[in-house]
Amino acid sequence: MTTLDSSKEIQKNNSEVNETHEDFRMFGLITFLIADGMTFAGFFAAYLTYKAVNPLPDGAIYELELPIPTLNTILLLVSSATFHKAGKALLKDKNSESQKWLFFTAFLGIIFLICQLFEYFHLPFGLTDNLFASTFYALTGFHGLHVTLGTLMILIIAWQSRIMGGRLTSQNMFPLEAVELYWHFVDGIWVILFIILYLL
Amino acid sequence: MTISIDPQKTNNESLQPKGWLRYFSFSLDHKVIGIQYLVCGFLFYLIGGTLASAIRIELASPMSDFMPRDVYNQVLTLHGTIMIFLWIVPVVNGAFGNYLIPFYVGARDMAFPRLNAVAFWLIPPSGLMLVASYFVEGAAQAGWTAYPPLSITTPQSGQIIWILSVLLLGGSSIFGGINFIATIIKLRRPGLKLMQLPMYCWAMLGTSLLVVLSTPVLAGTLILLSFDIIANTGFFNPVLGGNVVVYQHLFWFYSHPAVYIMVLPAFGLVSEILPVHARKPLFGYTTMVFSIMGIVVLGLVVWAHHMFTSGTPPWMRLFFTIATAFIAVPTGIKFFNWVATLWGGKISINSAMLFSCGFIINFVFGGITGVALAQVPFDIHVHDTYFVVAHFHYIVYGGTVFIIFSSIYHWFPKVTGKMLNEKLGILHFIITFIGFNLCFAPQHWLGLNGMPRRVAEYDPQFQFVNQISSLGALLMAISTIPFLINVLLSVRNGKDSGDNPWNALTPEWLTSSPPPVENWEGEAPLVEEPYGYGKEISERK
Repeated sequence: MTTLDSSKEIQKNNSEVNETHEDFRMFGLITFLIADGMTFAGFFAAYLTYKAVNPLPDGAIYELELPIPTLNTILLLVSSATFHKAGKALLKDKNSESQKWLFFTAFLGIIFLICQLFEYFHLPFGLTDNLFASTFYALTGFHGLHVTLGTLMILIIAWQSRIMGGRLTSQNMFPLEAVELYWHFVDGIWVILFIILYLL
Repeated sequence: MTISIDPQKTNNESLQPKGWLRYFSFSLDHKVIGIQYLVCGFLFYLIGGTLASAIRIELASPMSDFMPRDVYNQVLTLHGTIMIFLWIVPVVNGAFGNYLIPFYVGARDMAFPRLNAVAFWLIPPSGLMLVASYFVEGAAQAGWTAYPPLSITTPQSGQIIWILSVLLLGGSSIFGGINFIATIIKLRRPGLKLMQLPMYCWAMLGTSLLVVLSTPVLAGTLILLSFDIIANTGFFNPVLGGNVVVYQHLFWFYSHPAVYIMVLPAFGLVSEILPVHARKPLFGYTTMVFSIMGIVVLGLVVWAHHMFTSGTPPWMRLFFTIATAFIAVPTGIKFFNWVATLWGGKISINSAMLFSCGFIINFVFGGITGVALAQVPFDIHVHDTYFVVAHFHYIVYGGTVFIIFSSIYHWFPKVTGKMLNEKLGILHFIITFIGFNLCFAPQHWLGLNGMPRRVAEYDPQFQFVNQISSLGALLMAISTIPFLINVLLSVRNGKDSGDNPWNALTPEWLTSSPPPVENWEGEAPLVEEPYGYGKEISERK
């Protein structure tokens, strides 16, 4: 039989609608996050190498202050917890409660981004001032891009978890679980970034 | 949790175009996508080959007379980039992987059919963009490695288009890798154990691990490089306090594994082809699996052997020399296993077998020069000379491209239900083999005598040997003609092959040729012994 004989195929397909397989979307997402993590690993490796072998030139300004990034670390860690709450609530079919937690998580993400921008505007150096300034903006900017995407995705699933006609239910948890995993990943990256950029 | 497959959704065949139009659609069928990868890759191979011919015409005389020097730089950059990112990587991974892996694991499609189609459709636009960059202020000139500060100081637009295009191709490659890992690990038919998989699955699993772990690092590096070019930052610009060696480290962290991304799948394919045409089980299945995984692990920690002349500290040279020499061990195991598979077999001399044997010969030669290049004193002598060019082409052309042709001869009946013409196939092999060796063997001599690579002009004393090399390149260009005639004629008028012309035992031959839309009529067969040749049927498990 050739591939062109489609009428027969569709009949066959219809008889096999009940065929099932394991859901491995989460597996694919984890593989993707490993790949994404490798991008950050490359950036971190570059930054640490610069720190080890490229001295800061005389007169170059590269000073970071701790209060805002510490607040940001706390914000992201709390948002991971609130996201977890949203999942728990959805599992118990409490959609509106889940939605509240999701909006709160997104709110924390937005606050994080605002704090980040505030820090950018008040730092004494710009993108092209020196090597470390460039690395700082590249690393935090790339992470900030991840937070932005994550916040947008949280807003989308919060919309999907509405009670009337929402797609996100306790039977269909995958969108929430996927975004949650991504969000925890972004938080974890931030913690590493915080240690390497600000504390070391 | 399980999800039900709705065929109307996953394989929406009723809405898909039929016949040859399928190949121009956003098809979700892994077989269609595999052919899309192959044909698209082959078209880019023709472009890259034309560029290679232009390089060899230029190098037939010591002066830069055929084209200006900056055009020569653009041609060699495009040649390298197209051949690596648009021909070898997509074809040897995407084309054969997509076509064969679902059969080998007993599935109806890849794990993520939509992602699969997206991964393919990223390729033609980024490839066309790369080729078109020649017409905008000139293409990139910094070679396929795009080393700064060269890539920062050459015209910007070409280099930026090059970066965008490689980023997209890298994305496509990562999506493909994720799909292969999920398919091989998660989508196996119930009852099929990992150690019963055909060798190509193992090769693709190893390759995909390398893709997922190393390609993102290249992406990050190229993003930083594009900042250097556009935003005037100084990551890799020494004038602004940056460090070019960091670029080299990050680049080779991807691009050394990239060599294995190009050659490991070829190892897998040759392990499928040899047992069929020698009628013998694959020798040393378990050692093959472990050597693939050994190559994957070692392949990630040898990158700095490309950088022995970049002021690398002595401890690093020592470590990377030893690690690189170690890679010869698993590679040697595989080589001897292939020879042992052939040993005492009932060998049929056909095009597929000839190309596979050509691969073994070329590859052992490229492997030996590879071990030589890993030794620091030798490498410093021949670094950036034609010796490196010769070594590299013995691996990727003599190795991988020979296997791509071998695989096309082997699986053409599977895809079309027609046989290729054997006489034209053998002619193709003879011209390719002679042309290839004539082209690249003399380049070892050129490199040892100090002819630098990537330069349009050279010392007149090298002219004669360069002309021999160019003659070989001419033969390689001619060799494409019998192949193209053969394929174009046989697709329509070839002899009918039947379902299993080679009497092969691997699962893809246990369905009709060409296969039905969802691969199997009814349930997928359980093949516990894909290489059970030379046994009575009753002895097979």
